[in-house]
Amino acid sequence: MTLDSQKRERILKYLEGDAHITADEIAVLLGLDKTDVEAEIKAMEEEKLICGYHALINWEKADNDKVSAMVELTVNLHRSEGFDKVAELIYHYPEVESLYLVSGGYDFLVILKKASMREIANFVSTKLATLDEVATTATHVLLSRYKEQGVDMVGHNKKDMRMVVTP
Amino acid sequence: MRDFICDKVKEIKPSGIRKLFDIANEIPDVISLGVGEPDFDTPWHIRDEGIYSLTKGRTFYTSNAGLQELRDEITRYIKRKYDVEYDSKNEVIVTVGGSEAIDIALRAIINPGDEVIYAEPCFVSYEACIKLAGGKAVSVPLSAETEFRLTAEQLEAAITDKTKAIMISYPNNPTGAIMEKGDLEPIAEIARKYDLLVITDEIYSELTYKGEHVTIASLPGMKERTILINGFSKAYAMTGWRMGYALAPAEILKYMVKIHQFGIMSAPTTSQYAAIEALRNGADDIEEMRMSYNERRRFLMHSFREMGLPCFEPYGAFYVFPDISEFGMTSEEFSTALLKAEKVAVVPGSAFGMCGDKHVRISYAYSLDQLREAMSRIARFLKKLRAEKQ
Repeated sequence: MTLDSQKRERILKYLEGDAHITADEIAVLLGLDKTDVEAEIKAMEEEKLICGYHALINWEKADNDKVSAMVELTVNLHRSEGFDKVAELIYHYPEVESLYLVSGGYDFLVILKKASMREIANFVSTKLATLDEVATTATHVLLSRYKEQGVDMVGHNKKDMRMVVTP
Repeated sequence: MRDFICDKVKEIKPSGIRKLFDIANEIPDVISLGVGEPDFDTPWHIRDEGIYSLTKGRTFYTSNAGLQELRDEITRYIKRKYDVEYDSKNEVIVTVGGSEAIDIALRAIINPGDEVIYAEPCFVSYEACIKLAGGKAVSVPLSAETEFRLTAEQLEAAITDKTKAIMISYPNNPTGAIMEKGDLEPIAEIARKYDLLVITDEIYSELTYKGEHVTIASLPGMKERTILINGFSKAYAMTGWRMGYALAPAEILKYMVKIHQFGIMSAPTTSQYAAIEALRNGADDIEEMRMSYNERRRFLMHSFREMGLPCFEPYGAFYVFPDISEFGMTSEEFSTALLKAEKVAVVPGSAFGMCGDKHVRISYAYSLDQLREAMSRIARFLKKLRAEKQ
């Protein structure tokens, strides 16, 4: 038996906010049985609704000479070839961190793993731009990362501005 | 030099929260569970409307009772929630927080010597406001045995021929108690029987975790004898905007407006514009916050069960009110000791009336991380107290 969609969403919200949270604690918070929560999480893992439990890392703090970049791609679709086929050509590169098909002025948004400017230039000019299907590329270097997955990355840890005790 | 201060004001007890605040304020890294306001920021779209009103130069007084547009939204909201109709022209006033509404309601109705019955534990201002208005404050002490709900018997026993009004507030600060329709009906019956006015402070109405909140004003024959007070502070996390309101029959409300007109003029204009946005587009925000409070409430109740701290299950507001009587300390002694030993601030129950002295108020308007840490510190503290007792 799966839980209702609202309960599911709450479980996901808690896991998204803190991958370390236990099924036990989620059960307490949502007023559910621990076994039900465990089963639900397992089911969502199998459905690939939950795809992993990763740490959110501020790489800008770890090394200074590497940059993140994103590339806008427009592509030409050939006969019998859809976007999915083109995507496959792109996402197998380890340099690609995320890949999205988007509506609007271009087709794919490629987010690259942090690398040196040289490496990024190389990758875009020799790997991405040379693909038959790729018509144009526009590369943007990330200058500042303010917010990532809902988390303030600037490090202004929000202070509680309330008075200590109020009626 | 003469003593210029009025006796009535001198006789009012200072708020019981003050002392603890002074100590807590001096301790660095204190985890405070003593705050009576939401931990959420006001939702951005509401803040944005406030900012927009400023950029448009809406920086003037509004009419005394508040912007008509806002009063329309308030009466629509009340109709939507409780199916009670108020005339937005003559039966609603926008006030500087619910606190002002409480004050002007009492000042509008009290003649010297009139008695106002109020259920304790309760918000710190009731007794003081009744006395400042020249009335006699008659408290009905409630206890955990009745889950801090006011019963008809308790109420009736406090009524004299001087009784003019009763004051209730559910969901309740500090207990977290609620009163459901079946609990309110006998109270309404007594109000009708003895021809009493009811002042009901429903500032926590949106934070109910068991069924839908019911206002006593919606019961038969009650709208005409009820002053219904609510506001934006708790529902929309807007405490600093100071936005409250009162709804009452025109014959009563016009006198409240009179006091407000001379004392306040009009509630802050920026806040009124933000409040319009809150009522129009804030329902989802409320639901999101309500869900989060409810989850933290379950977490605290679970933690108390694990540490063996008795607490009746509260279904409203964002407070729990556990029973600390096993330690043989007053609530103030307990709170001070906890603060010194573990740097956790909770509010002594006695701050809300002496009948609360067996309890402390713990707010769960805090992040789960803070609550986890605070609960483990409290558990350690209780263990130590229990070990010392043996």
